[in-house]
Amino acid sequence: MKWLSSNWDLVWQLVFAHVALSVPPIVIGFVIAIPLGWVANRYRVSRGIILLVLGLLYTIPSIPLFIFMPLFLGTPLLSPVNVTVALTIYAVALMVRSAADGLRSVDPDILQAASAMGYSGWQRFWRVELPLAGPVLLAGLRVVSASTVSLATIGSVVGVSSLGYLFINGFQRNIPGEVITGIVATLVIAVVFDLLLVLVGRLLLPWSRRDSRVRARDVARSRTAVLTGAG
Amino acid sequence: MFTAIKKGRLVAGLVVVSAAVALAGCSSSNPLDTASTSSASGAASGPIVIGSQAYYSNEIIAEIYAQALEANGIEVTRQFNIGQRDAYLPALESGEVQLFPEYTGNLLQYYDPSTTAKTSDDVFAALQTALPQGLEVLDQSPATDQDSYNVTKAFSDANGVTSLADLSKVTTPITLGGNSELQTRPYGPDGLKSTYGVTVGFTPIEDSGGPLTIKALNDNTVQMVNIYSADPNIKTSGLVTLADPKGLFLASNVVPLINSNSATPEVVSIINKVSAALTAADLVDLNSQSVNDQQSADTIAKNWLAKVNLF
Amino acid sequence: MNLFFDGIAWILDSANQGGPGGWIARLGEQLAYTFGAVAIAAVIAVPLGYLVGHTGRGRDLAVSLSGGFRALPSLGLLILLGLGLGIGFRAPLLTFVILAIPPILAGAYAGFEAIDRKTIDAARALGMTELQIVGRVEVPLGLPLLIGGIRSGVLQVVATATLAAYVSGGALGVFIFEGFSTRNYAEALGASILVTVLALVLEGIFALIQRLVVPRGVVAKEPTEIRTRSSRPVAVAGLPAQEGK
Repeated sequence: MKWLSSNWDLVWQLVFAHVALSVPPIVIGFVIAIPLGWVANRYRVSRGIILLVLGLLYTIPSIPLFIFMPLFLGTPLLSPVNVTVALTIYAVALMVRSAADGLRSVDPDILQAASAMGYSGWQRFWRVELPLAGPVLLAGLRVVSASTVSLATIGSVVGVSSLGYLFINGFQRNIPGEVITGIVATLVIAVVFDLLLVLVGRLLLPWSRRDSRVRARDVARSRTAVLTGAG
Repeated sequence: MFTAIKKGRLVAGLVVVSAAVALAGCSSSNPLDTASTSSASGAASGPIVIGSQAYYSNEIIAEIYAQALEANGIEVTRQFNIGQRDAYLPALESGEVQLFPEYTGNLLQYYDPSTTAKTSDDVFAALQTALPQGLEVLDQSPATDQDSYNVTKAFSDANGVTSLADLSKVTTPITLGGNSELQTRPYGPDGLKSTYGVTVGFTPIEDSGGPLTIKALNDNTVQMVNIYSADPNIKTSGLVTLADPKGLFLASNVVPLINSNSATPEVVSIINKVSAALTAADLVDLNSQSVNDQQSADTIAKNWLAKVNLF
Repeated sequence: MNLFFDGIAWILDSANQGGPGGWIARLGEQLAYTFGAVAIAAVIAVPLGYLVGHTGRGRDLAVSLSGGFRALPSLGLLILLGLGLGIGFRAPLLTFVILAIPPILAGAYAGFEAIDRKTIDAARALGMTELQIVGRVEVPLGLPLLIGGIRSGVLQVVATATLAAYVSGGALGVFIFEGFSTRNYAEALGASILVTVLALVLEGIFALIQRLVVPRGVVAKEPTEIRTRSSRPVAVAGLPAQEGK
């Protein structure tokens, strides 16, 4: 790979830029999706509306969304913020379904038991509902992470630095090795993020492993539900 | 109390969501205008932001500017790979980007589509007056990189075509391939019709005269393609560049476009030295190093500056 | 004036509708990519997913494949294939097939997996052969989730098919690239609206199909409700705050 050997620096720079571009949407998307998922889960009507609107948002093609961002954000045209916000919207759109499913997967009996033990609504949410929804949330977050890392490459089409640069540049210069490097580096970032999320999950949700029999099926199903768009 | 916090978050979420729902619900007819009004108008202090097109050759020139300025202790920020002219010129006018390698002919036609200037000097002179307030060009370089129409050797031989004027003799339909914006450029299909009386079809290929364009030409999917004259592929693929006796294309020299606020005497003098040293042959050579030797823009720029003994 | 209405006006303008370059033809191309790619992907992924779902073998591989493929950048794949195959519909079609396989694969095996084991045991006890179990029990019962997977694949491809124009593959992306590079934002936005509406319509159609394919006697609910309820739900919960002790 002649190209790679003379362009290591560039690849590293772009890897860092790509990570910097992908992390905020994943984190912010997660934080926004939890309350939305809670609302979606709480009322039948809001579930329909929220899931429909977000499903709709997810279908907006990414390039126009990136380019039209400055229009209603008032940000400079070339600002990475445009891409960050657009990616956040996609992340929220994907994550809310998991959040709603995750919160719903918590057995109502448990919630009643928690209330009976004297938990206030707020405490119950933080100390019972959210942790128990954890495994399903984590499964959703892993999908969001992979999808965001992949979508961030499109940022290069609108001049925001990411690994997608290697696609466009390699395209013009007819260097397949450059394009392949971009694809592989994107996949590597996605895998590393995924491993990190699994690790964080193990640390934060130690109980999810102990009763793995039942939970694993729940998680696997919600994960495939996200993938298949069912549920 | 906590419901208030919850509501706050929810509102924040909904703001993002409704912002997206309101996609384009803004009253401007040009989304790029927002950029020019919203950001500060050019900062003379702080690093100089150098931009480049999403075109590898343009990026090499931008990298040369960047290294030349850095070698003289001027801080720069690289904002490369910013799409096409329509996307980055508003950013230059607003001062979001301050220095940009440009091409005189294409830039002039952008601001003055009806221009009659053809020669290098005329174009440069016309450009000075056509530029909007706040933008100026520094000295133009002898290096040129202009649009040109190319056909395969086989097509040229079979139809006896070596010039755009010969195209009217061709009896088979001709399809022109190039970036989609070529379709509306003055030298696009409409210009061919009005200047040479030739009617051509059009197929957009978004790689700026890159491998797909050449592949499409060799596969006879298109019969004529727009490739920049400094592209080494013209030589390596054995293409025939058609002569342009009636001046459909304007001369297009490499020229630095700069936001006036950043055009300090020091910057001007450094960049002018670079422009003077860059020849047409140099540019083809730089492009070849990128396409054929797969060198990085950084290395190519460094080697060239060393070769011409600048900085 | 208002860009959104400019986009609508662009769609309504009859000059932009007809002919090989009009949006109606481009919409047809977008649909052809979508259904062509999903059909090819289904031919590959459904048997594979059924195999995984029925035997339970290779499940982990299938899960990580369907998850991992989501990170595969479609633009990069498209360009790489474009460099090899040249301009036209082949590179985009192949890209979209690869894009559509993971959700369909996931839908196929998840559909089988979501079936209560007792149902399958009952079928076996009735003397059904393995093939009969697959054909008469697993396939019909797994259909809702499979359709869900196909729906997801269709939606992904229909939104991504705009990229085809990047390698001169036509479809609605032509207007988006052309609109942006010639500052005809009404055109770009009009095409974006068309893509979004198209996706919405497809989504609606699939929601309907999903409702229709549910076998009689089976209530189509989410897999979580099909499963046998855990015999000790409380133990799952515990009280996290005290668990460490």
